[in-house]
Formats: sequence, structure tokens, C-alpha cells
Amino acid sequence: MTAPGTIEAPPRPPRPDRPSPAAPPRGRRPSRAGRTLHAGPVAYAILIIAVLVSAFPFYWTLVAASRSNADLAQVPPTLVPGPHLIRNFEAVLEEADIGKALLNSLIVSGSITLGTVLCCTLAGFAFAKLRFRGRGALLALTVGTMMIPPQLGVIPLFMMIAELGWVNQLQSVILPGLVSAFGVFFMRQYLVQTLPDELIEAARVDGASTARIFWSIVVPIARPGMAVLGLLTFMAAWNDFFWPVVALTSSEPTVQVALRQLGGGYVHDQSVIMAGTLLGTLPVLLVFGLLGRQIVGGIMQGAVKG
Amino acid sequence: MTLTAPVTPPKSVPASRRGSSVRRTWQKASPYAYIAPFFTLFAAFGAFPLLYTAYVSLYRVELQTPGDMEWRGLGNYTALLEDEFFWISLRNTFTIGVLSTVPQLVMALGLAHLLNYRMRGRTFLRTAVLLPYATSVAAATLVFAQLFGRDFGLINYLLGTVGIEPVDWQTGTVASQIAVSAVVVWRWTGYNALIYLAGMQSIPDELYEAAAMDGASRWRQFFHVTLPGLRPTIVFTVIVSTIGATQLFGEPLLLEGKISGGISHQYQTLGLYMYEQGWGFFHLGRAAAIAWVMFLLIVVLVGVNALIAHRRSRKEAGR
Repeated sequence: MTAPGTIEAPPRPPRPDRPSPAAPPRGRRPSRAGRTLHAGPVAYAILIIAVLVSAFPFYWTLVAASRSNADLAQVPPTLVPGPHLIRNFEAVLEEADIGKALLNSLIVSGSITLGTVLCCTLAGFAFAKLRFRGRGALLALTVGTMMIPPQLGVIPLFMMIAELGWVNQLQSVILPGLVSAFGVFFMRQYLVQTLPDELIEAARVDGASTARIFWSIVVPIARPGMAVLGLLTFMAAWNDFFWPVVALTSSEPTVQVALRQLGGGYVHDQSVIMAGTLLGTLPVLLVFGLLGRQIVGGIMQGAVKG
Repeated sequence: MTLTAPVTPPKSVPASRRGSSVRRTWQKASPYAYIAPFFTLFAAFGAFPLLYTAYVSLYRVELQTPGDMEWRGLGNYTALLEDEFFWISLRNTFTIGVLSTVPQLVMALGLAHLLNYRMRGRTFLRTAVLLPYATSVAAATLVFAQLFGRDFGLINYLLGTVGIEPVDWQTGTVASQIAVSAVVVWRWTGYNALIYLAGMQSIPDELYEAAAMDGASRWRQFFHVTLPGLRPTIVFTVIVSTIGATQLFGEPLLLEGKISGGISHQYQTLGLYMYEQGWGFFHLGRAAAIAWVMFLLIVVLVGVNALIAHRRSRKEAGR
């Protein structure tokens, strides 16, 4: 049986409505609708500026992380990378134990991603295709709490993990991270659209149990949706700040907790802080670079229905 | 919303199947097994803490001894009302919220309109504007803190080249709030643009064609077709951004790395104020009261938003 939530299968974007860029514009009919309007030079110019503004802070992080602190105090500022990247990386590894933080973040984000995708696919399937008492009310409850930020429950949550003796242990971040109302809703919508009822009925007539149906029919069909949810979950978990800062300390940090220490006055060397920032951002940037298109698709998909 | 057809097995299934009554009971109960993992976690780590916050807010609870709870009634709340820093952070939350949400959504709307054009490299452009979404609050704020540095920051240098005096982005009230908002705007504009883009693509082409027939310019099409068609999406993003703004925490914490949000608390938000009370001064009960106030604030803001949206669409329907 296939393991749940394996993400190696290249996910297809859920809404393949994008016209292929190679296709020639349809006919010579003057295009009128917003969608078929061609962009003029002004539109290109504005978009390119937007892209530059989006990307510049990343570039600047690289510049600052590869310079010495003295270089950064120069007027006019230097805008090209320098030779000190490795030295600054070494300083961060030494001062903030970024290595451990990266490993912790990987453990936390990986567990949260696998757990969330599994829980949400199970629940999403039930809400999409099974009938049971209280289904409507429970779904409404789930969707309703999407609007309530989890930050508001942080104090009792902290008291709970203190009671359990979990402060400064990774499970204090992993377990609450598995709760994703958005994920349940997302998987439900995905399965409502992609999983035909006839398929399930046919399997039932053949005597398949619901569990069998879930593993042999639902999971394979849901895989692209699971992959998108996994991507979004991984990024959110990797970047989560508030709760890890509360639940963990400098001895067992995630990357974000370590960055907070860097920025919190432990280190005054700007170039070292930027080197830490670069290290903490690289993994998720890598994911984004490889699968950005799927992430865009996932956000747009979630938005239309949200 | 799509209606889901019943998936109960057809009545023709022979009842003679082995252990049919056990099986039928299981068939009835099994859906709950599928939602159980989520709802168990949800009850323990989602719903319960949310409700329990209200209870904790009525007690004196200190961080070092979270087990000892002493009844305080509304004491935590009245103490809040007498604390000037509460009012300062409430005001800051509001001003930073406006400073970050309004430009963010307006710019996102414009970007979405442009991204909706047929053009070369469309997928690349869409992905590129989402790039800031890939960073964390911590990373983004640390970089911006550097860019906004008073003496050697790039932004003050650029301002200097056009003859503007260096701005102290950390101590000035307006300046520091702009700096905090800039991080928020940078991180979320592209994300909202994609949400608007998704909304725009669900507006039927015929509406644009009809508008074009009537001789409407691109601008008029934008205002008279796109904007009304996007109304539900806009309401959605306004609500989500408002909630996000009410929660701002990492940006004001890391601009200087201090939990007071500036020497005179000039950019301390409610989220940061709550953290300061709970984990800086160890007053968990007081922090819970702040959380509850934040929740009420969100309820009011979302309610107002929903009301405005409702009235506007009723007005339009009446025309």
C-alpha cells in the first residue's frame, strides 16, 4: 500500500485553465475581454518594477551576508556581493547554532506536513463523500474557526504544554501544528470536484470497505491536491513564528526562533544576521523555486472557493 | 456549493452478506473514524484553548506557576483599561493596520489586473510577485530593519540622493509604523494579487464583451465590470487582512528586537503587548484578557465589514 502523502509525484496544478503560451492568439478578432487583452509596454514596465521590488530584499540579503560589517557601513552602499559569505556562515553556525535550528525546523515542518496532509485528507474525504449525522454542523464549525487566529488560544496552550512538561520540546510545536481547518476545507473541495460518486458506488457494489476505497481510490485521485496542501503547509510551518517563539528556547530552536535571537541583540554584526537570514530562507526559497507554479495554483485554487 | 450524492450502498445489496448487522453498524460509524484524527487534535489544540482563554482571563496566573490560579473576576480587564500602554498598543494596531492593509490591497488589485492580461512570461510574473510570501516574518523583518537603518540603511541613502534628510525609522512614531507596515505590504501584496486574479478569472467574458460593445474603455470596464464582479473576493481579502493586522507580532518585535515595540511603545501592537505581559512580565491571566479583547475586536471589525458589504450589495440590487 502506498504511504500517505508522499510528495515526490510532480503535482499537476488543479486548474489547468492556463492557455499554453506557445499557442498563437486566437484569430484576428479584436480582443475585448479583460482576459484576452494584450499587455502594453506600460503594463510590462509596472510588472517588472513589481518583480524587482519583490526580489530585491532577497538580493540584498545575499549582498549583506557576503560582506563584512565594515563594508555595510560604507556610503554609498555597495550593491554587489562580496567575498565574506563563508566566513559569515561560520559565524552564524557558531553563535546561534543555526545547524541545529535547521535540523529542528526540518523535523517540525516535515512532521507537520505529513500529519496535516493525512488528517485533512481523511476528514476532507468524509466531508466530501460520506454521509453521517452532524456532517453539516461539523463542517460549518471547521470553516468557522478558519477565521479565528490560533494566536488567541496561545495562553491555555502554553499552560497545557507546561503541564505536560513539553516546554522546549519539538512535539509542543508539532502537535498543535497538525490542526488545519483550511486543510480540511481544501481537501473537501478538491475531492468534491475530482472524485466521481460513481467510482465509490462501483467499488461498494464490488464489496470494498470504506477503508479500502480510501486507500485504493481516494488517495491516488487526491494526490495532486495533497501535494499542493503539503507545499502550503510546509511553507507555513517552516515560517511560523509566534508559537515556536513561545514554546521553544535558544537551546532547542527552530530557524525562526534562532533568527529572533540573532535580531534580538545577541549579535550586533549586521552581516552575520543577514547570513543567518539567508540560511533560514534558502530551504523554503528552494522549494518555491522548484514548485512555485504549483504554489501559485494552490493559492488561486484555495482562493476561488474560500 | 456542489451537492454530494448519497454514497450509501444501493438497497439491492444482498443482506445475506456475512455479519451484515455488524457491518451496517460499522458503515454508520465509520465516517466518524475518518474525521476523528482531525477533530481530536482540533478539540485539544484548537477549540479548547480558544475557549479556555476566556476562563483564564478571569484569574491571576503567573508564568512560573501556571498551575496556581487565583480568582480575579474582571480584574485583569479593568487593569487593562487603566494601563496607558494598552491604549497605545490598541491605537498602534489600528494605525498600522490601516497603513498596511489599504496600500496592500489597492496595489494587489492593480497588479492582479495587469497579471490578467495576455502576455509573455505570465507564469513567471505570477510566480515572481508571490516570492515574498516564501519568506518568514522573521527573515523579512530583519532585512527590512537593515534597509531602514538610520545611518547606513539603503532607504535613507536613496532618500538622501533626492535631498531628503535621513529619517529615524525606529524612534519616530509615524516613521516606525511605516517601516513595520512596509514589511507587511511587501510580504502580502503578491499573495492578495493572486487571490484577486483568481476572482477576476471567474468573471464571465461576456460581461466584458458587452461592455466593450457599449464602447466602455479599459478603465470603465475595470470599474464597472471587474470591481463589482470582484466584490465577494474583496470582502474576503479585507476580512482576512484585517484579522492578520490585528495579530501583528513578529514585525514589531523584530524591527528592533525589543518586546516594548520602541522606546515609547510607539509601534507596539496588541499582539506584542500580549506577549510582553505574558512572557515578559509573566502575567498569563492579563495576557489572556488581552487575547480576549483582540478576539472581540476581530468580531467587531469582521461584523462591520460584513455589514458594509451586505448593505452595499443590497443597495446595488435595489438599483
